[in-house]
Amino acid sequence: MNAIILSAILGVIMMFSGIWVNNKATLRWIALAGLLVLLISNIAEMYGYRIWNVNVHNMLYFDRFGLLFNSVAIGSTFIFVALSGSDINRVGKYAAEYYTLIFFVLTGITIISVYTSLLMLFLGIEIMSIPLYILTGSDKRNLKSNEASLKYFLMGAFSTGLMLMGITLIYGATGSFSIEVLNNPAIAQGVSFLEITGMLFLLVSMAFKVSAAPFHFWTPDVYDGAPGVFTSFMATVVKAAAFIAFVKLFDARMSYSSAVVDWKMLLCILIIATLLIGNITAVFQQSVKRMLAYSSIAQAGFMLFAVFSMNEMAKEGIIFYAVSYSLATIGVFAVLLKMKDFTFEGYNGLAKSQPVLAFANTVFLLSLAGIPLTAGFFAKYFMLASVIQTGHYLWMVIVAVLFAAVSVYYYFRVIQAMYFKTGEGETENIHPGFKTGLIILTVIIILLGVAPNLIINFLYF
Amino acid sequence: MNTIPLTHILFVSTALFFIGMYGLFTRRNIITMLMSIELILNSVNINFIAFNKYLHPANLDGVFFTIFIIAIAAAEAAVAIAIIINLYRNHKSIDIEDAAEMKY
Repeated sequence: MNAIILSAILGVIMMFSGIWVNNKATLRWIALAGLLVLLISNIAEMYGYRIWNVNVHNMLYFDRFGLLFNSVAIGSTFIFVALSGSDINRVGKYAAEYYTLIFFVLTGITIISVYTSLLMLFLGIEIMSIPLYILTGSDKRNLKSNEASLKYFLMGAFSTGLMLMGITLIYGATGSFSIEVLNNPAIAQGVSFLEITGMLFLLVSMAFKVSAAPFHFWTPDVYDGAPGVFTSFMATVVKAAAFIAFVKLFDARMSYSSAVVDWKMLLCILIIATLLIGNITAVFQQSVKRMLAYSSIAQAGFMLFAVFSMNEMAKEGIIFYAVSYSLATIGVFAVLLKMKDFTFEGYNGLAKSQPVLAFANTVFLLSLAGIPLTAGFFAKYFMLASVIQTGHYLWMVIVAVLFAAVSVYYYFRVIQAMYFKTGEGETENIHPGFKTGLIILTVIIILLGVAPNLIINFLYF
Repeated sequence: MNTIPLTHILFVSTALFFIGMYGLFTRRNIITMLMSIELILNSVNINFIAFNKYLHPANLDGVFFTIFIIAIAAAEAAVAIAIIINLYRNHKSIDIEDAAEMKY
């Protein structure tokens, strides 16, 4: 509860500070301080200290899983603002509003990670998406940005419509919005056709939100057109939050209705299609920004394994995947935003001109590819191990490993351009603080790659 | 007095839902597409009220959900209109075909 209320209040504070503070650098420090307060209050709640005690009528349930993800999301946003804050300020005149909208997105994220009622799922997803439509279109003079925000809005509103249709059908069948009632086989005995249809609608709409394969068309355009900083935010924190909502929604729900619908097979098709399209299309991209958009689809395929296998290991894994993927992608985007040219050629010779950036970028890309000693390796390991634990569709693991090998190709193209090709490697002016931030992020990623329990232990204490 | 059976109301709401979906996929005018989205959301509202009244009259869950949907739809429309105005300023058109800066 702390984080939900506080993030909304901080958003309003941020909005007003835009009136009184004219200096963009100061606004960034205010935002960082706000995020730090938010992080501390959320960690305090994990240890049982609540600032507000609100009767939520069992619509929200503050379990360790949701609260830990909140900490991860707020922490990633903190790192994001610390690294790319100057780029947020460059997008346009209204820096205070951008930070405000980021706080409001966090409000939505903190709701959907702890919801137990489908009403809260709907509200959380909308609170999260509506500010994102604005952030996507925030580069007002840029045609690509306008178009991206329009496409994002149409796709988002359409998938929300599908989700609401699903919720009504489930409501008609069970008379309740609580996911616990739906998950309880004793209460929901005799699964009706209505409820299965509703769940299929929900599956499709959540697949839209996380950009799984047959429903991924909006992702490359939106990620490419949006201002780079906000793409970084959308592709990391927001996408991970959508996955947490997905996992919570289908947690154990599939087991009792599996006599009627083979959910595992449906998800298997989704995963294979997502991995195939994401990885194969990423190979052919010329712009690094667009390549990262497709790679985020490919990574979504890996995160879908958590929805597929649904055991303790999957829950640990999705949190860890969220951390490693968010940190690495934020790092890659932070370096990308400093480049003058977003194509692969733009990276030529970066190792000569900016050795620190090139090294940090290499570590982030290795983590995304899942090379051992980086956090990405254990993230992929947990996902695949959870599938092996379920004992179904084991051939999927082999396919996933093959696609991970394909992903190495396009991640290493950037590394090859940086180290083995000659060129200028032109960048914007690099602040020494930015390099320090990158090195800290690199250390965190390597540390998590050696000791993943640093995060997972927070689930149990 | 004979009450209207539930299925009749569900026919209306389902028809609205698919009219909205058809409009979203075929129309090229962005304002019409926005109207189609509103149709989808309102068909869901009818569904909620009908299910609440006929199947689960004990409490008002469905009606409350409807109020939330109306509020969110208003917020979404406000943002959508802002996006469309911004697009119109740059393109001088609200045809979706003109918004094709990005190709694969």
